[in-house]
Amino acid sequence: MTEFTPIASLVGGILIGIASILLMGFMGRIMGATGILAGFVWPTSREDWAWRATLLAGMVTAPALYVLVSGTPVEVQVPVSTAAMIASGLIVGVGVTFGGGCTSGHGVCGMARVSPRSIVATLVFMAAAFVTVYVTRHVIGGAV
Amino acid sequence: MMRYILTYLIGLIFGVGIILGGMANPAKVLNFFDIAGTWDPSLAFVMGGALGVTALGYRFVLKRPAPAMADVFHLPTLRSIDARLIGGSIAFGVGWGLAGFCPGGALPAVGTLHPAVLTFTVAMIAGIVVAKALQNRNGNTSAEANA
Repeated sequence: MTEFTPIASLVGGILIGIASILLMGFMGRIMGATGILAGFVWPTSREDWAWRATLLAGMVTAPALYVLVSGTPVEVQVPVSTAAMIASGLIVGVGVTFGGGCTSGHGVCGMARVSPRSIVATLVFMAAAFVTVYVTRHVIGGAV
Repeated sequence: MMRYILTYLIGLIFGVGIILGGMANPAKVLNFFDIAGTWDPSLAFVMGGALGVTALGYRFVLKRPAPAMADVFHLPTLRSIDARLIGGSIAFGVGWGLAGFCPGGALPAVGTLHPAVLTFTVAMIAGIVVAKALQNRNGNTSAEANA
């Protein structure tokens, strides 16, 4: 069980939205984790790499700021095996590359632009995730 | 220099949003998808809040002639809804449902140095490298990723 946290989650969502607006307003870029990471791994120029690297540095230092301000640790509960983590990482990496985006890029920024591609992608990956969890937890039964 | 301070702060805001929202916690994400079991609807509030704010903000931002610190808005040019988009998104959803991490959830969580997050992230980057290599070998110079 995890606690239902509507207020914290809504505030979190609003912060993600603010980050998306700022990145578009200042840098003209989509706040998508997949695209930012892919461009960091395959830099096209020094300048292009630098904004991605600094943005990723901001993301990675967010837990430290969160702990400092809130005084509570960042909860990372992992209910699945290491094998499932590795398999999931590989499948997600391949999927977001071919699908051209993930939850932040398609689900937030693309949907906000009413991009038909992003709307289709979001509906498809959300549906696939619901089905996967249903199958692993209620059909196969037990954690993977 | 100013722009990199700004992009650092944007990453920080995004990361704190992910943590507050609960998306850096795989157990919470998996419970969102488990309507038939231990359902936790919190993530709908993350998605709703993020989408609502972004949709509203983009309406003003994208009306401007150019971004404040760049020459142009880099908006995706791909329009096709094809097998690659659908297949990739199915795979992403399956992977997300398997362990509860999406790229935007995992990257801020890397800062916790939790071994499972590091494992997932290394595997995810390996997956991106493999997929890019496959795309390049097929001679597909696909347009810039959406996200």
